[in-house]
Amino acid sequence: MSTAAAATSPVKAVTRSRLFWPAVVLAVLLVANLAFTPDFFAVRLQGGHLYGSLIDILHFGAPLILVSLGMTLVIATGGIDLSVGSTVAISGALACLHISESSDPGSLGTVLTALGIALGTAVLLGTVNGLLVAKAGVQPIIATLILMVAGRGVAQLITDGQIITVTSDPYKMIGGGYWLTMPFAILLSALVVLATVLLTRSTALGLLLESVGGNPVASRLVGIRAMRLVALVYVFSALCAALAGLMVSSNVSAADGNNAGLWIELDAILAVVLGGTSLNGGRFSIGGTVLGALIIQTLSTTVYTIGIPPETTLVFKAFVVIVVCLIQSPAFRAKLAARGARTRRTTRSHAAAPTNREVGA
Amino acid sequence: MSKRAAAALVAGAMVAVLTACGSGGGGGSADKGAGHKLVVGFSQVGAESGWRTANTKSIQESAKKAGIELKFSDAQQKQENQIKAIRSFIQQKVDVIAFSPVVESGWDTVLKEAKDAHIPVILTDRAVDSKDESLYVSFLGSDFVEEGKKAGDWLVKEYASAGGDVNIVQLEGTTGSAPANDRKSGFADAIKGEPKFKVVASQTGDFTRAKGKEVMQAFLKSQPKIDVLYAHNDDMALGAIQAIEEAGKKPGTDIKIVSVDGVKDALSAMSQGKINYDVECNPLLGDQLMDLVKKVKAGESVPRRIKTEEGTFTPEQATAALPNRQY
Repeated sequence: MSTAAAATSPVKAVTRSRLFWPAVVLAVLLVANLAFTPDFFAVRLQGGHLYGSLIDILHFGAPLILVSLGMTLVIATGGIDLSVGSTVAISGALACLHISESSDPGSLGTVLTALGIALGTAVLLGTVNGLLVAKAGVQPIIATLILMVAGRGVAQLITDGQIITVTSDPYKMIGGGYWLTMPFAILLSALVVLATVLLTRSTALGLLLESVGGNPVASRLVGIRAMRLVALVYVFSALCAALAGLMVSSNVSAADGNNAGLWIELDAILAVVLGGTSLNGGRFSIGGTVLGALIIQTLSTTVYTIGIPPETTLVFKAFVVIVVCLIQSPAFRAKLAARGARTRRTTRSHAAAPTNREVGA
Repeated sequence: MSKRAAAALVAGAMVAVLTACGSGGGGGSADKGAGHKLVVGFSQVGAESGWRTANTKSIQESAKKAGIELKFSDAQQKQENQIKAIRSFIQQKVDVIAFSPVVESGWDTVLKEAKDAHIPVILTDRAVDSKDESLYVSFLGSDFVEEGKKAGDWLVKEYASAGGDVNIVQLEGTTGSAPANDRKSGFADAIKGEPKFKVVASQTGDFTRAKGKEVMQAFLKSQPKIDVLYAHNDDMALGAIQAIEEAGKKPGTDIKIVSVDGVKDALSAMSQGKINYDVECNPLLGDQLMDLVKKVKAGESVPRRIKTEEGTFTPEQATAALPNRQY
């Protein structure tokens, strides 16, 4: 450890990166699967599209990536959005209801109208959240809790407690279709992620968000319109959730108001945290969030492929998450390194105290 | 609306007269004078699935048809709501209380209160776990073990002449729920006699389409050979069918599918040959419940356990039943 003398060595630069530990965890999980399923990494063409476990992880992870993306920006401003799961359910329910009631469910026009209705409603829901938080000053966890509880009821009201099945090829495309041999859902979320990265990192937007999350008062005093920014972030989060809702319902060609997006808000928060964004607000990492979401999805796939009994699934997941969080904690790593050093050189017990401990922003 | 209500009232009055003759004043709250209509308090689990909605509708419609006044309460999957509802039924002095318990245990106190108020209690669809059997008069509902057994029996018959191993994957319901536990054990009992049946993978799909599809996709990649899929409900089977099709296989042919429930979408998939066998789990127990209510109120002895009338579907039967399916 101590032999890595030069602080500027490229190895150290890589391990210092915030994306390093999430990436390591993801890689370890994937490799662990290889032990149980030898052809885990095999990807082949099947009926004109790519087919393999890795594609599955990306495909089923796509909605979670989207929801987590919106959540990242909300958390960056120091807020939290619990209502995304309900928004997922509402958007899927609205779109499927419109398509199932139309006279021509297979036409592109019907599907575009359905998308318009779903995304439009999401903007409305996001605005309500945003105004509650930014204008009315309600605590984000409470403001979005309202929609989390009520929204699930609204979704059930829309579907009448039933599962609405639709048969519409254009709609099927969003979550279950393939384009250029890739699942369309993967391409769509990649596009949204890319657009968000460009928007936040090549303009000042990302910096402003971090500033608002880091210190709202100071931000306001230097002339940042914090209120509008915070409100906008909730709209963005709702839009991402709605898009994810369309994917989820389109993937199974059915809207399930009771179960679609159930507890996805918790997975999304977990993904953000695993990706190294602090829940206190401030600095955020979109790349980390994407890795976090993929870790969660890989974990699910691992449970299925290595055959962990359903009764112990949650314990297994909790164990992995705890380990991941510990590995990511600089304080824990420093302690571990210190202990390792102490046992190696028993004579100098206090020598290896952590000196360059990273401090959270 | 008012006409219908009036008609129901008349019918109710007739029933009340009839029951008054039969019961002979045995019940505690039956002596409310002439024109008294039988009142049933019903506490439903919630509206969590299409199956449950059909169950609710059936009970409401049957009550109307039988001229019984129904006080309906939705517990939204919470036991405390259900206990509150039962207490309010006791205060309102309803004639019979019926409910589908959200969970199995913790009912002794409130059921004792009902017993002390001389109000008979009928359980529907789900059982309670109580040592004191006098707390309820009857349990009307599906036998989930039997459903699993029916699925297993079909499999044994279907593969009677087949040599070699039969690899089965199982999509379980919500972990810990009674239908998931019972359908699993009933199925396991039915196939345990023959070692050629092997359950090679079994995971929960939470009774939903999306999870059913996701888990099946993983199964298709991790299991080299799958002959049969056994799903604990139709929604998971419907999700799995999509996964099988995307893997380039034919559901119902390359992989045989056995499922439970018999909802409309599944029967429609059966008529296309995508599901091979479906065990019915009947939510339409309204008529049976109202019959039972009348008998209980009339003082007749009723069986402790009444199973709902349930059948099974082959693809031909499914095609025939499809046009009249309500849910």
